[in-house]
Amino acid sequence: MSRIDLSRTGETDLDAIARISREAAVRLADCYQCGTCSAGCPMSHEMDLTPRQLIHALQLGLLHRALEARSPWVCALCQVCSVRCPQEVRIADLMLAVRHAAKRAGLRPVREPDVFDDIFVNNIRSRGRNNEALLAGFFNLKSGHLTQDVRNAPRMAARGMISPRFNQVRDRAAVRNLVDKVLRKGGGTV
Amino acid sequence: MSRIGVFVCHCGSNIAATVDVPAVVEAARQLPHVVFAEDNKYTCSDPGQQAIKDAIATHDLDRIVIASCSPRMHELTFRKMLKDTELNPYMLEIANIREQCSWVHKDKAAGTAKAIELLKMATAKADRDAPLFTTTIPVTKRALVIGGGIAGMQAALDIADAGYQVTIVEKEPSLGGKMVMLDKTFPTMDCSACICTPKMSEVGAHPNITVKSLSEVEQVTGYVGNFEVTLREKAKYIDYELCTGCGACETKCPAKVTSAFEQGLAQRRAVYRPFAQAVPPKPTIDPTNCRKITQGKCGLCEKLCPTGAIHYDDVDRVTRETYGAIVLAIGYQLIDWAAFYGEYGAGHYPDVITGLHFERLVNASGPTEGHILRPSDAREPKSVAIIKCVGSRDVAKGRSYCSRACCMYGAKHAHQYLDKVPDGRCFVFYMDVRTPGKGYDEFYMNTRRDGATYLRGRVSKIYEENGKLICLGEDTLLGEPVRVEVDLVVLETAMVPAPDAERLGSMLGVTRDKDLWLTEAHPKLRPVETNSAGVFLAGACQGPKDIPDSVAQASASAAKVCILFARDELESNAMIAVSDSALCNGCGACVAICPYQALTLEEVSLRENSQWSTRMISKVNPGLCQGCGACAVACRPGALDLRGFTDEQIVREVEALCQW
Repeated sequence: MSRIDLSRTGETDLDAIARISREAAVRLADCYQCGTCSAGCPMSHEMDLTPRQLIHALQLGLLHRALEARSPWVCALCQVCSVRCPQEVRIADLMLAVRHAAKRAGLRPVREPDVFDDIFVNNIRSRGRNNEALLAGFFNLKSGHLTQDVRNAPRMAARGMISPRFNQVRDRAAVRNLVDKVLRKGGGTV
Repeated sequence: MSRIGVFVCHCGSNIAATVDVPAVVEAARQLPHVVFAEDNKYTCSDPGQQAIKDAIATHDLDRIVIASCSPRMHELTFRKMLKDTELNPYMLEIANIREQCSWVHKDKAAGTAKAIELLKMATAKADRDAPLFTTTIPVTKRALVIGGGIAGMQAALDIADAGYQVTIVEKEPSLGGKMVMLDKTFPTMDCSACICTPKMSEVGAHPNITVKSLSEVEQVTGYVGNFEVTLREKAKYIDYELCTGCGACETKCPAKVTSAFEQGLAQRRAVYRPFAQAVPPKPTIDPTNCRKITQGKCGLCEKLCPTGAIHYDDVDRVTRETYGAIVLAIGYQLIDWAAFYGEYGAGHYPDVITGLHFERLVNASGPTEGHILRPSDAREPKSVAIIKCVGSRDVAKGRSYCSRACCMYGAKHAHQYLDKVPDGRCFVFYMDVRTPGKGYDEFYMNTRRDGATYLRGRVSKIYEENGKLICLGEDTLLGEPVRVEVDLVVLETAMVPAPDAERLGSMLGVTRDKDLWLTEAHPKLRPVETNSAGVFLAGACQGPKDIPDSVAQASASAAKVCILFARDELESNAMIAVSDSALCNGCGACVAICPYQALTLEEVSLRENSQWSTRMISKVNPGLCQGCGACAVACRPGALDLRGFTDEQIVREVEALCQW
């Protein structure tokens, strides 16, 4: 195992980490590594770095570990970590901020959540409201998981959970403006 | 025929969970001389004590045996209880069936059997109990405080404020100890000088306090209430009666020496005050470096002194005084890390310094006027590694214990460094962060927010490369080895007992623990008393402590001294050695073994075998004897015996154990 030189962490890394913590409104030093976040995380089994390890990497200035990690993309943003953190660190917000930073750096360690997000936002932008059938269809096409959830479709349609009808809001232009405004600012956090 | 009453305690479930108490009571009823036996939920409680008193009256008991906790816990409680009855307080035996039985066993059947055996021994011994009586000894209401650091000063001030005379003995030229070397104190960041130097001047000016600087305790004899103490006040070569402290002598002295106060980071003269705010505020001459004293040449300071206070022929002054109580406040020293840590450079790298060095570097009146400059090239370090637990929690090279204050002053050093060098990087290597104190954890978390990078792990090696110090460690949270390159390394080294602890401890009969700290009489209930009556502990000489704890303990020991002085006479120990002049052959083995100097050989005229003869026999001083029993064991003719633990009683106990 190669030795990490912590004093060689570049200034730009520290700047990028400062931006992440600013966007998430998280003070990284607040985390004392108790691991409550990882302990409660329902997705931790899918993660390469647990939430605690991800924060620790950022604390040490190891930006690329964080950006290359699958964890922020696997994160369901369920907020269990943020709610239980004894130091009031908003870990879920940090996960999202790391996703944004990774995207800025052209990285996307897990593709599906990003594909999903883009379709979802586009859905909202064009119709003012999400349509589950469209979302699922486009997701399957774009992600390449062509048959995912297909077997469930008849049952879901029968119970009215999905519908081919487009539910649209009255003032679609207003919602579009709203979404564009947010997108111009490079997305936002919860 | 004695009439013994036996009382077996449940101690809630402490005893009852492992010992079948009713079975023990039943067994007690079968023992010889036992006329009454019963159990009680909590014997030491008020109803428990009343039950014993009632039984004594109803059953006409002449001695009692209590099977309960250790006699160290409640023997005094029960003796006090017996004072309200017809019985002499010493007609009492305690069978320790808690600490020595229920707490150390799990098997109830075996525990019950053992409890019964312990009880058999105690009743056999009780059968031979005899009434014992105390005498009174007068109290000299004057206290000696050894050590003039913050603990010694606080103890002296409290005792003096209560109206008693105090002498404070300090081996250095000035009061202040370690605290006055510190820059700021956690967690409030009060400047140490602003809270320590006023205490020093208060001590110096107090009408009830005599300060003896550059002095040592040479000998202590006597006992509580009347310690005879020999003090050696080393030659200062300056008459403090005449000296005004003007400082003229210090200006021209040509001899320059490394300053111990400044941790070797600055120089001082041979005639010097260790620091500007020293108390007494007068200089001394260091005879090993003074040119006049060593070579007979110079004499500049004598010429400069406007009052003629300098005497190169000054000698040590030895005085002998009586004190009623002694407070040991001799503090600590830092471990000699360089001797043990070759992997940290063994002291060869000038920029690997200790926390105390750092205190001087960051202090406004220190050698760098508060600018953090590294010793090798006087440049400001752009990165610092702070390494905690150097010598602490290290069984192989240092000590097994945690030194308690390092986590906090380590955080303080990181905070101070980042405050003075805002663009600097600071790495703190730690194993755990221990911050038990008011506002302590908040202080530590703030230091992290200041930007200190905390790395969980010990440093394995420090070496130099291209003018930088490389620290190799593992971040155990990351689970990977790490390396940092820094300009300065600060080692937060372990506190170890002061060099005088051994000498003073054995002189005063104060025991020391496995790490050689002076030990208190009971770790929880008697934290400032020692096993030597009249000798108390204050501050870090009892174990690593920070300033608030040292001050609290100092005030506690002062309260104990005042309790002693509030009485005109003391009750002496009743359980002391007695010498049988008919058996003593005057060999003197007891005199040699007695740790309290309580035994002496005296010439007596005796009529033996119808003839008068004059010979030496041993005599016990009842005021000095602490009843340890060492003499009784050492005495070959069996002339010495210990009241309350006579040879006969002990033989009875052994017989009781062997008979069944």
